[in-house]
Amino acid sequence: MSDLAAYESAHITHEDVIGDVAGYRRPYYKTQPEYLYPPYRSTIKRAPTRSLVWLPHTLSEITGPVFGYDDVKPDDADLTRQHSGEPLGERIIVSGRLLDENSKPVVKALIELWQANAAGRYRHDVDDHDAPLDPNFTGGGRALTDAHGNYRFITIKPGAYPWRNHYNAWRPAHLHFSVFGIGLAQRLVTQMYFPGDPLISYDPMFNSVPDDNARQRLISQFDWEGTIPDFAIAFRFDIVLRGREQTFTQSTRS
Amino acid sequence: MSLLSTPSQTVGPFLSIGFSALAVDALAAEKPGGERVRIHGRLLDGDGKGASDGVIEVWQANVHGRYASPEDPQNKPIDRAFRGFGRVLTNADGEFRFSTVKPGRVPGPGGTSQAPHLAVTVFMRGLLKQLLTRMYFPEEAANEADPVLKRVPADRRHTLIARRGADDALHWNIVLQGEDETVFFDF
Repeated sequence: MSDLAAYESAHITHEDVIGDVAGYRRPYYKTQPEYLYPPYRSTIKRAPTRSLVWLPHTLSEITGPVFGYDDVKPDDADLTRQHSGEPLGERIIVSGRLLDENSKPVVKALIELWQANAAGRYRHDVDDHDAPLDPNFTGGGRALTDAHGNYRFITIKPGAYPWRNHYNAWRPAHLHFSVFGIGLAQRLVTQMYFPGDPLISYDPMFNSVPDDNARQRLISQFDWEGTIPDFAIAFRFDIVLRGREQTFTQSTRS
Repeated sequence: MSLLSTPSQTVGPFLSIGFSALAVDALAAEKPGGERVRIHGRLLDGDGKGASDGVIEVWQANVHGRYASPEDPQNKPIDRAFRGFGRVLTNADGEFRFSTVKPGRVPGPGGTSQAPHLAVTVFMRGLLKQLLTRMYFPEEAANEADPVLKRVPADRRHTLIARRGADDALHWNIVLQGEDETVFFDF
């Protein structure tokens, strides 16, 4: 490499190559669900039917919104303290680390959580399951990850509930997680399940992920060390977002 | 040792419990520079019915073509009051409405310049992972040379370009299936 070429490769900042960005790694084979998965019936009328168009990651996909303490108050991570009384059910602590595929912690990232109450009922107009609402439980919360990518919620363990997708269909107990990474391409919404739940293996949503190892990453682990005596048992759920390609993308100019 | 990413799962029908707190339908502050735009649309399923349980998330650059993100290395002005993020939950008819300013152009690959666009993410019941699409602006000469629009088959490009209505708002539907199915990206 000539001195000039070496200089240029180390100082690629001029305007016309600023758009050449290292993108995020594409999902590894079978580790993400496809849009169409007929056992989950609602996908049939909502999955795209035409070919997706391959998108090179540009500045628009490697950047993303930044959230902060104006958006999330420390109390937002405790779903048991949003009303005058305590919600019914089993109090739990759910914590974990938010990392990218390169094992780098994702810092000050927004995580949103929502869930059913202990009886398996959501505080939502559309939920007509014949189970009681809890006046002391809304079921929504938010947290920002700390400098090491850690997050922590206090909540109550949600109940299972029926959902009519197929005969005798019951969703296993789960928490919904919405995660913002650094780049738009990292955006992730997922669900966390609880270890040992016999409903998991019957669940089309869980089973929509083709790879078994990938599916298992949706199940939290009992966290004895995080469990607080006389207060709450804990579960651990680490979340991994896509990582950037390590190689620097050179300009495609000839 | 690298890790593998966590699989996506659907938001389900009760997403508003988690998403309402940070919903934003007016992206720009009171007196922004640039062209102010109102955007109206519907999210339509495979039966042509409005989806009442979806959420649209918008990500865009400011009027100068700079993203409010530390990942944007450009030396262009940042507007502290403009985050560039919007989130609108669809109503009972599948409608969404938001207002913003038309973004400037941002660099694309290979020394290109991208036409003004909004990156739009869709979550809903029945989607096991989000859809990613873009909304481009009508009467915009830069669309012709946009490096992303160029990758879209010519007969489908119109699905990504809003049209100006008699009410002066920009109209843009997100059609999940069928004849005018919106272009979604493999990203």
